[in-house]
Amino acid sequence: MANTITELLKKNKTQLLDRWIHVQLTSQTLRDDLMSDDELRAQSEELVNALAKVITEENSNQPDSADFDEVFEILSTISMSRARQGFSPRETGTYINSLREAIINLLQEQLLESPAQLFAESQKLTRLLDHFSVITFETFIKGREEVIFRQTEEISDISTPVIQIWDGILALPIIGTLDSSRTQVVMENLLQKIVDTGSSIAILDISGVPAVDSLVAQHLIKTVSATRLMGADCIISGIRPEIAQTVVHLGIDLSNIITKASLASALKHAFSLQKLVIKRLEGDKIR
Amino acid sequence: MLTTLSRDRLTITREQDVVPCRNRVKEAAVRIGMGIVNQTKLITAASELIRNMLRYAGGGELLIEVVCKGRESGIRLTFTDQGPGIADIQLAMQDGYSTGKSLGLGLPGTKRLVNEFDLESILGQGTTITILKWKNG
Repeated sequence: MANTITELLKKNKTQLLDRWIHVQLTSQTLRDDLMSDDELRAQSEELVNALAKVITEENSNQPDSADFDEVFEILSTISMSRARQGFSPRETGTYINSLREAIINLLQEQLLESPAQLFAESQKLTRLLDHFSVITFETFIKGREEVIFRQTEEISDISTPVIQIWDGILALPIIGTLDSSRTQVVMENLLQKIVDTGSSIAILDISGVPAVDSLVAQHLIKTVSATRLMGADCIISGIRPEIAQTVVHLGIDLSNIITKASLASALKHAFSLQKLVIKRLEGDKIR
Repeated sequence: MLTTLSRDRLTITREQDVVPCRNRVKEAAVRIGMGIVNQTKLITAASELIRNMLRYAGGGELLIEVVCKGRESGIRLTFTDQGPGIADIQLAMQDGYSTGKSLGLGLPGTKRLVNEFDLESILGQGTTITILKWKNG
């Protein structure tokens, strides 16, 4: 006869596990397409075992107790692996809630005679399992956030390529917003490439920058100054009409910098700086 | 008489919030049919003030409102923060003045970009800036 959830977990573990599995298998949210029954059983068994091991009369009332660390770890692993397998957070939450249902069911059968104790125990249980389900949600969100963070890094990496478009001329198309960390990457890539290729002209194309505010302008000016220190000329191209007006109203002084409306005119300017001329062959058909 | 047609409230706490906020302002501007030049001016102004909030107050709140007066419609943005406040507003509105290491164009530049600009600041309590850009302003 088990009178508390602690005793129940320790003495009637097998019975509880069977009940829990039964609840899960009959549930409408069962995803046998994502996980086999055996896997589900193994996962549930691990959790129940760990919980039965650490729970005591004292700590069953304190869900924050460090005794539960082991359980938390297993819960996090389960939540993380379920997230990867494609379970929705609701399904993982239901998984934890079904454990509560199983325990309460068993407890109810045992404590039919004393409703007061049943109430006290189920309250304890609710507190504990609420804490558990919060943990699974936290882990789930953390897992998603990691993905987002990794993608952010990847985007900033791929979106700052430095291209050599002619002997001695580099182009750097900037797409998206220039923030401090992005400017750092852009500047490093550009300066390194200037050294590697021995280029003397760099074209920064900002056609893909949605808005130029004073911070973006400041970053651009810094990049240009750094390029000049390396002995290379820097041209900013891709200044759209609306950007030009905005920059003027903001009062940003870009007059010390060579600016062009399009990448083509910047390239033309770069050719003239290098004393290169492009000529169409006369009298000869283009082969 | 100024009538508010829609409200949208956003919280800004990190640098990553700048771009989504700007996009929301842009959406509102596009919805009332604002031209590309005024759109860019408004977005740039918003961007300046959001960055200021992040830099000097560690974040704040942005209220995007679509307003109309008679036949004219516009966007009103209200930036509220609980930062240290601005000690000398007159000085802060001067070109080239900055307590940080920026160009010092944020506040005066923003004022030039929009039609109406209102700044209220109480030292130690925070700053509220309201800007308004008419569709054809």
